[in-house]
Parts: sequence; structure tokens; C-alpha cells
Amino acid sequence: MSERILIEGNEAVALALKLIDPDVVAAYPITPATEVVQKFSEYVADGEVGTEFVAVESEHSAMSACIGASTAGGRVMTATSSQGLGLMWEMLYIAASLRAPITMAVANRALSGNINIHCDHSDSMGARDAGWIQLFSENTQEIFDNMIQAIRIAEHPDVRLPAMVCYDGFVISHAREVIDSLSKDEVQEFVGQYEPQLSLLDMEAKTVGPLDLQDFYFEHKRSQAEGYVAIPRVIEEVGQEFGQKFGRSYGLVEEYKMEGADVALVALGSTNGTIKDVVDSMQESGKKVGLLKIRSFRPFPADLIKQSLSKVKAVGVFDRSMTFGGWGNPLFNEIRSVMYGGNGQAIPILDRIYGLGGREISMAEIEEYADEVLAVAKGEQAEVIDYIGVR
Amino acid sequence: MSKIKSDACWQDLPDGGIIPEGATSAEFKTGDWRSEKPIWHEDRCIQCLQCWINCPDSSILVAEQKMTGIDYDHCKGCGICASVCPPKANAITMESE
Repeated sequence: MSERILIEGNEAVALALKLIDPDVVAAYPITPATEVVQKFSEYVADGEVGTEFVAVESEHSAMSACIGASTAGGRVMTATSSQGLGLMWEMLYIAASLRAPITMAVANRALSGNINIHCDHSDSMGARDAGWIQLFSENTQEIFDNMIQAIRIAEHPDVRLPAMVCYDGFVISHAREVIDSLSKDEVQEFVGQYEPQLSLLDMEAKTVGPLDLQDFYFEHKRSQAEGYVAIPRVIEEVGQEFGQKFGRSYGLVEEYKMEGADVALVALGSTNGTIKDVVDSMQESGKKVGLLKIRSFRPFPADLIKQSLSKVKAVGVFDRSMTFGGWGNPLFNEIRSVMYGGNGQAIPILDRIYGLGGREISMAEIEEYADEVLAVAKGEQAEVIDYIGVR
Repeated sequence: MSKIKSDACWQDLPDGGIIPEGATSAEFKTGDWRSEKPIWHEDRCIQCLQCWINCPDSSILVAEQKMTGIDYDHCKGCGICASVCPPKANAITMESE
């Protein structure tokens, strides 16, 4: 039965892990995801889960152990952040290449240097090409719900790829929010029994991770790419089923007050919550600003985004990470590529880097940017790529 | 599962680059990596089996506890066998391919 509880973001991840009760969790603590592992190890010690908890000596080992357990046919989960995700790098690619449906919570944090423990999206963006599904969460309720849905998405027979559930470090990981929880029975029924297609523990001989040179590597990558084709459909199906059962539906993107909007703002993560308040107040004063929240960054739902943004006259993208020396930043580049390719319309699209290393973004700053995008929609000029909130 | 042909397209391959059988490394003939070839002189061999113990590629052929020859399909020509062969016996020497 659904229960309304006050809970921190990290605790919500640990609670989701407890209710899912995976076969194996191999993890190494790192700020701001530490509490996930800490709280979950308590559940293990108290016998509240049947999980084999592997306390490893690094994140590289954590992901290696997860890959081993997943290829052995287990349901496997972990959590990390920032430098920890960085240390997992080479193993992330291997997990995806082996089609190991591991689910991982990522508390988004800036990458060193200098040393910073607060939120931005540099860690997940660095891992965007590793082959993992990336779902971004706006708030604690979404982390909890995304963790449970990610299991179903990753393990779906048409997908079988690893998934990251991203949530903003400290902003969400350490904030207490009221969420509607679920019972163990409800979660167990929703996630179901995992039936692996590959298990090293069955009696059929097989070779996993062999040498793969000029003759077959390319074909294997082409085959891997096919796995991502089915994901958008599966994300939507799972999100709808979740909604039917528990009253909260999810899709690949969320349109917020886009009806009749002249311009759209586009963002990932917790900033969407703040933007929604800005959109509310601006619309009340007659300014036609809408929001397109991206939930699934990988795979990138190009068609839906093109459909949604084709209705507006200008777009303002928020990027919480930076591509040094590139032209434009991760979210902007994808959005712009979608809008200018094929049948996309050539409308002005702006990019604003904000919130690096946990720098706060205010409602006033968001409104100022929205006003700038509205002006551009009317033909005024503006810097295409710029910053918000830097001195 | 039938054997994967060398001209197989991506649709024909098992997901995850997995080979649906075991011990497939034996089919990968590493002998053509060799630039030097070990030659076994049977008449000088004292059957100490140091070469068999030390060969990193299991390429010393043995039958009934006696060396019988070298598996040139897999021997990479590293020369360890020649190096560990007792100098007085000198039963394995290296030769250019």
C-alpha cells in the first residue's frame, strides 16, 4: 500500500533498492551518493534484503563486480557519483557492450579539479557515449519511481542494456521531500522475476568478452546500436504501466505549459522544478513561456523533441556541464542537431551554461533568460552561447 | 547454435559479442604471429619437460608423459622453450621463419 513519507533523496534510492531486493549490489561510497550505500548496507546487515552486498575497494572494482554478477545472471544494482563514475569509465563501456542490464543511481556532482562536491552534470555527460540509458530525475519522487522503472527498462528482452538514474547531488540527494512510497509487494509485482538471457552459471558453454578485432568488432557495435532503437517505446510502456498502477505516469520528456507557448526552455534534472515556478508566474503576466523537461537523455528522444519544439519560435537551453573547446554544450548540441536536421525548423536556439560546481540558479536569473529568449523570438539578437550566474 | 561464418552480418551475431560455445581460443591460430620458430631435436632431448612446463601457449605436444613435438598452429615463437632447455641438451633451437 502506498505510504506518504518524508525522505532524503539518497534514502529514497536506498529504499527503492530495498524494495527491489536485487541479487547483488557492489558499491563504493562517494559523496554525495554515500548514504545510498550506507543505508543499503544497514538493510543488508539487518536482514531486510536477500542481497549479496559486495564491499569493494574502488568504483572500478564495483562496476567490475557488477558486470561479473550480471553476466552470471543476477539482478544487479549500484550507486556512485562524480570521480567514482570517472573511475568506472572503462567498465561502463564493457557493461553496455556485454548487454549487462545493471541499474545504477548517479548523484550528479562536478568533476575535479578543483575539488568540488556539489552538483553539476559533468559526470553523467562524460559517460553519455558509454552506451548506458540515462534517465534524469527532477525530484525525490522521481528518483524513487525512476529506480523502480529503470529495472524494467534495462532488463526488457528487447533492450538488455544498463541504465543510470541521475539526480542532482545535494540539491536532491540531501534534501528531504515528501514522497508516495510503495510496498514491497507492489514493487516486487512491478519489477517481476528477472529472467536473464545470459547466465554464466547455466551448464551451456559460452565465451564472454572475447578478443574482437577488425573482422567482427564493427558488426558487434552495429548490433549493440540496435538495442537502443527499442528503448524509447519500452520507456513509454513502462512509464504508462507505472502510472496505471500507482498514479504517476512517465514518458521520455515532459511538456509543461507548452500549449500556446511562443518560446520553450529546455533543461535536465532539478532545475526543471524551479523553471516550472518561473513559467507559472510568467504565464500569469501574459508571457508565453513553456518548458520541455528531458527525462531520457540517452536515448535522446529526437522525434518527440522535434515535434514539441517545432511549435515555438525560439528555444532556451540550460546546460549544467561544459564542453571545453567545443561549440555549444551537451544538451544544446543535441537539441540544435535535432532541430536543424532533416525536417526540423531553423529557429533560434540559445545555450546557457549554469550551476557548475553547485552554483545556485535563482528564479530571477531564469526569468531574465526567458525574457531574452522571448526577445530573440521577436527578432532581436543575443549571444548564442553564454553563461548564467558566473562573475 | 550453428557456427558463425566469417562473412556474417551484424544481425546474425549473438548479442553482447558472446560466443555461444566454450574453449574457442584453440580455434584462433596464433602461429602466424611468429617471426622465429623453435626446432625440436628429438635425438638430443632428455625429456625433462621444462619446455612443456614453461610454454605460455600450451604449444608443447606431449603424449604418455613424453614430448612429441611443437604445435605450430599456436606457438607464437617467444623462445621460452629454447631458453629453458638445459644447455647440455640444447634440444630446442630457434630459427627464422
